[in-house]
Amino acid sequence: MSWLYLITLIPLLYAILVPLFYKYLPRIHTGWFVLPVPVVLFACLMKQIPFVAKGSPFVHTVSWIPSLNINYTTYVDGLALTFGLIITGIGALVVLYSIYYLFKEREELGNFYVYLLLFMGAMLGVVFSDNILVLYMFWELTSVSSFLLIAFWYQRKGSRYGAQKSLLITVFGGFCMFAGFLILANITDTFSIQQMIQHTDKITGHLLFIPAMILILLGAFTKSAQFPFHIWLPDAMEAPTPVSAYLHSATMVKAGIYLIARLTPIFGGNMTWFWLVSGIGLITLFWGSFSAVKQVDLKAMLAYSTISQLGMIVCLLGLGSVAMYYGPGKGTVLYLTAILAAVFHLINHSTFKGSLFMVVGIIDHETGTRDIRRLGGLMSLMPITFTLAIIGSFSMAGLPPFNGFLSKELFFTALLNTSQLEIFHLGKWGLLFPVVAWIASIFTFIYCMIIAFKAFMGKHYPHRLVKKTHEAPWGMLLPPILLAFLIIFFFFNPNVLAQYLIIPAISSILPGFMETGSIEPIKAWHGWTPELFMTMGVVGLGFVLFILLPKWSKLYGWLPVRITLNNIYDQALIVTERISERITRKYMTGFIRDYLSYILLFFVVALGGAILTLNSFTFNPITNSPIRVYEIILCLTLVASALLVLFARNRIVAIIGLGVMGYLITGIFVIFRAPDLALTQLVVETVTTVLFLLCFYFLPKMKKEISKLGFKTSNLLISLGVGFLVTIMALLAQGNRLFLPISWFYENAYELAGAKNIVNAILVDFRGFDTMLEILVFCIGGIGVYTLIKLQLTGRKNNGLKE
Amino acid sequence: METMMAIVIGILFSIGVYLLLCQSLLRIILGISIISHATNLLIITMGGLKTGGPPLISDGFFSYTDPLPQALILTAIVINFALTAFLLVLAYRSYAVLGTENMEQLRGNDDE
Repeated sequence: MSWLYLITLIPLLYAILVPLFYKYLPRIHTGWFVLPVPVVLFACLMKQIPFVAKGSPFVHTVSWIPSLNINYTTYVDGLALTFGLIITGIGALVVLYSIYYLFKEREELGNFYVYLLLFMGAMLGVVFSDNILVLYMFWELTSVSSFLLIAFWYQRKGSRYGAQKSLLITVFGGFCMFAGFLILANITDTFSIQQMIQHTDKITGHLLFIPAMILILLGAFTKSAQFPFHIWLPDAMEAPTPVSAYLHSATMVKAGIYLIARLTPIFGGNMTWFWLVSGIGLITLFWGSFSAVKQVDLKAMLAYSTISQLGMIVCLLGLGSVAMYYGPGKGTVLYLTAILAAVFHLINHSTFKGSLFMVVGIIDHETGTRDIRRLGGLMSLMPITFTLAIIGSFSMAGLPPFNGFLSKELFFTALLNTSQLEIFHLGKWGLLFPVVAWIASIFTFIYCMIIAFKAFMGKHYPHRLVKKTHEAPWGMLLPPILLAFLIIFFFFNPNVLAQYLIIPAISSILPGFMETGSIEPIKAWHGWTPELFMTMGVVGLGFVLFILLPKWSKLYGWLPVRITLNNIYDQALIVTERISERITRKYMTGFIRDYLSYILLFFVVALGGAILTLNSFTFNPITNSPIRVYEIILCLTLVASALLVLFARNRIVAIIGLGVMGYLITGIFVIFRAPDLALTQLVVETVTTVLFLLCFYFLPKMKKEISKLGFKTSNLLISLGVGFLVTIMALLAQGNRLFLPISWFYENAYELAGAKNIVNAILVDFRGFDTMLEILVFCIGGIGVYTLIKLQLTGRKNNGLKE
Repeated sequence: METMMAIVIGILFSIGVYLLLCQSLLRIILGISIISHATNLLIITMGGLKTGGPPLISDGFFSYTDPLPQALILTAIVINFALTAFLLVLAYRSYAVLGTENMEQLRGNDDE
């Protein structure tokens, strides 16, 4: 299967065809043409499972930019394959769902599916790339495609706001991550993740170990919507529901989790890593589930629940990284449970959250609202949707017989194991983990009940809804039904999944551990354990609180709007925009003189600075040619005439001064043995003076420059600086002759070109083309002059003098 | 001679740049002319002064001054002429249309 490396490119290449389908086959929904892509890719990846499960990852390297050591290396191991299957599997279901969700008459389907395929390819690229630079490229591509998909209904203000927010936050994280990657690459001298893992000892001892870790975690946390960067995810719900189900719950937001899992072999076992990852995960878990309960929009509720579940997976990965501290051995098998739970929950979350998003999409599609205050009594109208909602939310709440129960139990086991540990100050703080997570689970239970019952039970109010409600078409029901089937299937056969996907994934997160120990098979019933009592407590307390919700929901008002994270983000954005506008207005004055002075100042500072720092000033007056008295007089007159131009109060005086300058320069050319130049200068100067005299009649009288002293002083300083620098440069060039002149070649002008005048030979023979182009420039100038005089633009005010 | 020329060129550059930064369009054109004169002198000075006879092949001389800077300057003089002519007409035209030649008043437009 050596062509597996093409798998990331197939969606990207296929995306090129989509606009053609959309344009030339408008009668068929474009989604039908897109559907085969994820299905075929899913099948291909399924065929890889036996090879990868045996422990032989697929590796293929295409050298891309060999000079920079950037290779397009595809590395498919257990972890990557698990993600790949989720991406293609959920992708196929989402495409099928979207065919019924988006109307082909109204929506710009061509754009939608191009973005979707772009995302699919980019996401596969993220999980399959071994080279961190390629991974980073795909990582940012997922941000961009997410931006485009959130803003799909760009007419809405909310969509644009959400898209901008997600892009700003995730790309900020992406840049940080890139910096972290470069530090890692600098330490290990390689861009390959697998080779970095082999040089872990070099990294852990390095001074930049912690900065690199924090930078990379910033990338992962922003992408995976971890506290306090989670604020973009609820606003991203403005995207069409298939997009929310796909990008913002099942795949893209898990890219951060993928990165944490992938880099655990490098950073795991370190205390900072442990506390950052599991601590932030725990906070996110709590805050997400706590905030979810107060939402009234079903999709926003799901968004917060996604945040919370992502926090849980991140927390588990942090807890599991302890195993790296102990190293492979018999005792560490206990901590592998955390990683097992993480990967298992990752898969489970994709199934139940995907189906729940689709259910909410169905409710939105069929009733026209997602507001739980307006919904009610849909149970009898939409029985299948109701069943699906029950399955999805009970699984999320961690109830049997659904897969969420198993991973929740494993989560509790991992927490209880961690609280027993004595390292990393866990003796003091370890108990925090089970307690906070338990409270968070109660809130999780409450919002799951809200999702399951608020919309479906109670009284139906048809007048509050936009549309007449009925059951969704089969095409929309089929994808969530398939996911619901998987939810139940995984509960009864968790070990099939464990054997083929989870254990290979664990062995790539914690390499070398699976050889020494084995994981106990996942069981639904494992006796009267503390975990079970915890679950029972969650259900009991959660149910009571759910019933009493109207009584205590006022508690949510305690946090003033002013200090919410969203408000801080908004204010920061406004302030940044205002400051940058103010700064820009300060230097972009629209006054040419200011721009010129920036350029000249830069010229003075850069060149002057270079001369000073390089200390290269050598001045050698001995090679100078002798000076005669009349030369001094000539030069002094030249300077005097230039000053005359400068101080002239009258136009004629200035023009005459300039003319005098030109003729004096003619004299200088004669002294410098340049007869051709002298002749040309003489002619040109005469014509120029005539031209000036012709034109000045049409120009206003020269006024005294009325300007502030500061303006004049800065002009004076800049011009003195430039003049001084030019003198220095000229002297410097005299003192440093690095190369022999090439002019001896032209001295054979008579033999080569049959000319006795060397300058003429250069112009018309040796560099004949240059002269031709010079004539062209001259012609363009002439045409410009002619048009400016002759062409009368109509429609403009012409309050000047007529010719 | 080269040192003296370097100083003269520096002074000319200062004067030219000062005029270039002025508000009046006519002064700016004068400044550009002075700068181009100074540049021509700079180029010819860089080539070395009076190192031989004029670059005309004849029996009298065995060494010539460097012909290459002279060829460059010859081109530059002509181009400068075209540039000056264009600028002058541009100044005339903008004064005719806009009624001012003060750069302070010629900034931007409403679309910016």
